[in-house]
Amino acid sequence: MASLGRLGILAALAGTILPCAFGQSPSAPASRFTVVLDAGHGGDDAGASLTTQTGSPEAEKYYTLELSVRLRSLLRARGITVVTTRESDGALDADRRAEIANQAEAQACLSIHAATTGTGVHLFLSSLAPAQAGKFSSWRTAQAAWVPKSLALAGVLNSALKHAGIPVTVGRTALTAIDSMACPAVAVEVTPEAGPDRNTGNNPSPVVDDPAYQLKVADALAAALVEWRSDGAEFKNSAQPGRRQP
Amino acid sequence: MNSDSLIPRYQLVLFLILLLLSAGLGGLLWHLRERAHERMLVGKTSTPTTAPQVAPLEQATLMVARDVDDTIGARALSLPLPHEPSARARALLGELLDLYAEPDSTHPVPGGAASIAQVFLLPVGGSANLESKAGGGFGTAAGADTGPELAVVNLTGTFAVGHPSGLETETLTVLSMCATLHANLPRITEVRFLVNGEPRATLAGHADLTRTYLTGDTVLQQ
Repeated sequence: MASLGRLGILAALAGTILPCAFGQSPSAPASRFTVVLDAGHGGDDAGASLTTQTGSPEAEKYYTLELSVRLRSLLRARGITVVTTRESDGALDADRRAEIANQAEAQACLSIHAATTGTGVHLFLSSLAPAQAGKFSSWRTAQAAWVPKSLALAGVLNSALKHAGIPVTVGRTALTAIDSMACPAVAVEVTPEAGPDRNTGNNPSPVVDDPAYQLKVADALAAALVEWRSDGAEFKNSAQPGRRQP
Repeated sequence: MNSDSLIPRYQLVLFLILLLLSAGLGGLLWHLRERAHERMLVGKTSTPTTAPQVAPLEQATLMVARDVDDTIGARALSLPLPHEPSARARALLGELLDLYAEPDSTHPVPGGAASIAQVFLLPVGGSANLESKAGGGFGTAAGADTGPELAVVNLTGTFAVGHPSGLETETLTVLSMCATLHANLPRITEVRFLVNGEPRATLAGHADLTRTYLTGDTVLQQ
């Protein structure tokens, strides 16, 4: 009986420690403010081909990882717990991304993307119709119960980016990873700051890898998440023990 | 021997007659040519010189995407549209993609009309009657079934491969296609996409193509 008890304790310890040690199933205490950064694409999925300052194309997967790492540093410096879906160029499917985000019980989830079409930063929410949170929710439509919170998060991000002088558009899209996330989730697509001229359509400098621009975007996102944390009383108060509520 | 004896008189007369006939025919030919030329100039030619219209011109509304400000706007055009609903839907989407394939497009996407392999229309939830659809066009056949319909748009693999990758650009393509269908064929309330007849996870790495799009949701942006 004593050995069984010891095994039980070991199993409990393993259950707590192993996921953190391997970085695959990170979970944060409910009282901590946690942000999930999901760098889009990775591995065989290179994403869009971006035009860089040097003229050579760069895969979107590298840009998103770079921005994720930069943003993670900025957030950690502000005392925010950050969980990233990937730290290297590894393949990750949409379900795994959502799984990591849902296990983290985060207060904000950002899916990071980049493209050369358009201007500034595009914020996208899930296009799922808002729904009441139930005891169980479908994996494919888990985000439906969080759409109002995601909309509020997008509003905070929008304000911070505009305050930094970055053009922003807000839309809704069907992105599988976001649709399965049970947290306030927004897809952030970074595009060149100096976008096409509204009259001529010409794009004088369609690059997103300008370090100063990338830092400006990362700073604005970090500032928005800090503000989101400070506005988070409503979120914390609505949480019920044992089950997360949007 | 004099010169009169070398050419008999009857031959001389015959030669003169033939010469007059040749001159007369030449004059007639010239006259007919002039008349034909005049008829051509005034457009009175009876020869069909223009290809017959496949279908009469109709007013159609294309919901055209703009990458610059991330919006979808209506553009009214007169197009020859077939009467049969699925062919009509295909023609509308073809026109939209032709606009996107133009060099000065506001939403550059290569491929054009050839990117739409087929469009199938099905009753939503099996509530409608397929037989009643076969004969009736949208809003034209009195008494035709007016139930909501699902449009299944089969895209070519070349289109998906050549489509620019990005959240905004893919979303705009998908939503503008849904909005164009709904603007012209209001009975289409749902749209699904296939690529080469098969379900595909995303259009070009971002926009989910496995879901059913509701055409009433194609409202965009601020």
